[in-house]
Amino acid sequence: MSDERHRVATTVNGTRHQRDVDGRLLLSDFLRHVLGLTGTRVGCEHGVCGACTIQYDGLPVRSCLMLAVQADGHEIATVEGLAGKDGTLHPLQQALRDTHGLQCGFCTAGILMTMTAFLAEHPKPTEPDIREALSGNLCRCTGYQHIVEAVTLAASRMGGRR
Amino acid sequence: MKPAPFRYVAAYSLDHALALKAEHGDEARFLAGGQSLLAAMNFRLAQPAFLIDINPLRDLDYVRRGGSVVRIGALTRYRTLQRDPVVANHQALLAEALPHVAHPQIRNRGTLAGNLAHADPASELPAVVLAVGGKLCARSVKGERWIAVKDFFTGPLSTALDAEEMLAEIELPDLPARTGVCFLEVARRRGDYAMIGVAATLTVDAGGTCVAARLTYCNAGGTPVSASAAAKALVGRRISEKAIGEAAAAAMREIEPPGNVHASSDFQRHLAGVLTRRALAKAHTRAMSAA
Repeated sequence: MSDERHRVATTVNGTRHQRDVDGRLLLSDFLRHVLGLTGTRVGCEHGVCGACTIQYDGLPVRSCLMLAVQADGHEIATVEGLAGKDGTLHPLQQALRDTHGLQCGFCTAGILMTMTAFLAEHPKPTEPDIREALSGNLCRCTGYQHIVEAVTLAASRMGGRR
Repeated sequence: MKPAPFRYVAAYSLDHALALKAEHGDEARFLAGGQSLLAAMNFRLAQPAFLIDINPLRDLDYVRRGGSVVRIGALTRYRTLQRDPVVANHQALLAEALPHVAHPQIRNRGTLAGNLAHADPASELPAVVLAVGGKLCARSVKGERWIAVKDFFTGPLSTALDAEEMLAEIELPDLPARTGVCFLEVARRRGDYAMIGVAATLTVDAGGTCVAARLTYCNAGGTPVSASAAAKALVGRRISEKAIGEAAAAAMREIEPPGNVHASSDFQRHLAGVLTRRALAKAHTRAMSAA
């Protein structure tokens, strides 16, 4: 019964992809193993750690709690799409770098996909808002303080732009 | 940590989804938000042979106002509920509880109907819907039937739904005038399942005497738990610190939280007492200012 393959036609970071996949293939594994986009990390695989967070039609979701087939006809954004083509970092990537907002970096891709969507919706966030938005992403290195500083810095550098 | 093999079908209509469920019964599960189901499948705690994806059925994603009720569809996500003015204006208890449900990423996918059908007794929303006293519409190829929420939850992860039924709609009645509500919980970390959570509703008459009250709890047993005797003892009384303290003490005795790795049964009971006091006080203040 797992032999049944499903056609997935999806746009990832603006690029169209079409593949045939097993129904049980997780979206996280599709991105990493089928498309080779290993920026998305896989941590707990039950929706707790947030490392696999991507954007699905613009909204942050756990890619380990979705099936690859569910990407069919939808738009995916991953960390690979954040920097400009010339390598210019997204303001939040730059701010994380400037404030030491990461150490091992395992959680960073998920945090970027969560918080760039958050900043788009909340261009002038308060610190409690930032902490609430961050609550679904575990970081075992930083103690979060520098990540909160990075988001605040990015928001001010983006000057309320979405 | 990968799902066991299953057959996947994306439903193209509600009838299609129901026909598949009728054909495959208990072997099949509906996939709505998937935020509990896929986690359970990754752990292989759930191994459905057949997955019926209802996400293509966008017309099941709605919040409607009808008469004095709010109707919520099978595919209405937490995110939508958190932003819907109908929910904010008419279902204050639900609105207050939603931010406690997991994290923003989960709320972008998870659905109320999926949550209720999953029937995790530790989850907030079964207790909320039990406190509000909603009705649930079960649909199958044979038609539909309505189940009162008090009859819906039959045990941990078990409901009154038959093998071929879908939880197709949730109907939440408006609370009476001069009703105040409050949802509170204590969790080890923000977004975790609560060690204990309480949903309180309190209705007073023009003179400030309690005419109705409900107290329900999450993570206090095999289903969402109602402390109905404790709540009933408030009726006919003027709400005072003493009345609230007695209700909280009665609720502590009435519920039987099982205890878990995060909190012993005694600690859960203690928390229930503290939260019940706070929730009733807040609900009372709100009821009086709504008068």
